[in-house]
Amino acid sequence: MNYLKHVGKYFIMLRQVFRKPQKWSVFQEMLFREIEDLGLKSLGIIAFISFFVGGVIAIQTALNVDNPFIPKYLIGFATKQSMILEFAPTFMSVILAGKVGSYISSSIGTMRVTEQIDALEVMGINSLNYLVLPKIIATVFFYPLLISLAMFLGILGGYFAGTLTDLFNSEDYIYGLRLDFDPYYIQYALIKTVVFAFVIATIPAYHGYYVKGGSLEVGRASTQAVVWTSVVIILLNYFLTQMLLA
Amino acid sequence: MIEVVDLYKEFKGIPVLKGITTTFEKGVTNMIIGQSGSGKTVFLKCLVGLHIPDSGIISFDGRKHTELGIKEHRLLRQEIGMVFQGGALYDSLTVEENIMFPLKMFTDQSFEENLDRVNFVLKRVNLENANKKFPAELSGGMQKRVSIARAIVMNPKYLFCDEPNSGLDPNTATVIDNLIKEITEEYQIITVINSHDMNSVMEIGEKIIFLKDGVKEWQGSNKEIFKTENEAVVNFVYSSNLFRKVREVYLKETK
Ligand SMILES: Nc1ncnc2c1ncn2[C@@H]1O[C@H](COP(=O)(O)OP(=O)(O)O)[C@@H](O)[C@H]1O
Ligand SMILES: [Mg+2]
Repeated sequence: MNYLKHVGKYFIMLRQVFRKPQKWSVFQEMLFREIEDLGLKSLGIIAFISFFVGGVIAIQTALNVDNPFIPKYLIGFATKQSMILEFAPTFMSVILAGKVGSYISSSIGTMRVTEQIDALEVMGINSLNYLVLPKIIATVFFYPLLISLAMFLGILGGYFAGTLTDLFNSEDYIYGLRLDFDPYYIQYALIKTVVFAFVIATIPAYHGYYVKGGSLEVGRASTQAVVWTSVVIILLNYFLTQMLLA
Repeated sequence: MIEVVDLYKEFKGIPVLKGITTTFEKGVTNMIIGQSGSGKTVFLKCLVGLHIPDSGIISFDGRKHTELGIKEHRLLRQEIGMVFQGGALYDSLTVEENIMFPLKMFTDQSFEENLDRVNFVLKRVNLENANKKFPAELSGGMQKRVSIARAIVMNPKYLFCDEPNSGLDPNTATVIDNLIKEITEEYQIITVINSHDMNSVMEIGEKIIFLKDGVKEWQGSNKEIFKTENEAVVNFVYSSNLFRKVREVYLKETK
């Protein structure tokens, strides 16, 4: 019952968020700030994780298919498929939920408990629109780029893992990458990414915006935000996969 | 003139404001005093529209809150300046950006014009050479000045200050109090100040409203507050020994 109340409040919040910005120049300035804070600043960690995860997938697959009847190009194929379908869009989104989600909810929550949000409202500013809309636009447009990069680096990581360990050779790996390549998979992954990006911007914003109390509550809200954002991503991942692939 | 008639506000069934009626005139420093938890902040937030009262009328020069649409309400708010208890400066923006923010949002002036105005109000609150600092780098008194500068940058008709000198040393507190009084007289603003500090009350309290448990117990000036026989006021004001002595001397002299 309580959950339902939150869901309702969340959608009412979104109605306030999706208004025309009061001043385009101010909106633009905020948007660039958010692209940097929510996007560019996560570039490093996403690149690092995806590269090594790609490498590990390739090695694991290679070690598990030492049966001579199974062709070696399967390693490239498996790495490509898992990076594009799951590891880049879903796994990386969960990581972003932790990193960016806690940042969003604690920064908005701090603004709430220090009356900065009241100060915005007193000036006649729609604080939800001003604070949250640029975050949504930034994540929804930037994360597809970030996740595409993760796919590429993951596959590259697999390639390096093979050439450095002699577990498989690069011709087989590349053959596997090309095998049965369906652009729809990329489309599917990017649709998921856009949905997750929206969730990563809005659920933590909700938790931060409605926090009551002091810094302790802000900390608690940001933990809650990360948990719920991850849960919602995992659930939506299931439903979207069923809808788009099954 | 701001008119408040029979204002009620409760939170989850617990009444906080229980029927407050009063008026605030321009050019005078109106003060709301009372103990911590007596409802001062809630009252101020009802006035500026951050809380929606459960019943009662609030009217700003004839414009009643309840009769304004969302748009008109936002327009009215551009005539309101507010100084929050903790300053409420935007901590990701510099001093200059904080004060310029309402100008950028609501005017079409150029950056240079905005900067001129920012420097003008900064000078008015006696804070120069702090433009590029962030709020976290300022002392409490400086933060309050920036907060006042931001509140008056749009030339408000109404100025609300929630405990503007809480957390300041007595000297700085007096300076801030007098600054608010000067600004009020200079620009003929309707100013309402929350306070639980008797020094401020004696310093600048031209019209004083004493709140107790959400009820207006007493109303008068800082001259009258010495002479009143109202028990609740006497208890509040003379919780300090110093003021009790002052009262005795004062009453003896005026007899
Ligand atoms: N948002 C709120 N929700 C519930 N109770 C509140 C809220 N704001 C204030 N109160 C209660 O209203 C009473 C008056 O608070 P407040 O106006 O902040 O007092 P003051 O400013 O005079 O110290 C307190 O008992 C406080 O707990
Ligand atoms: Mg208060």
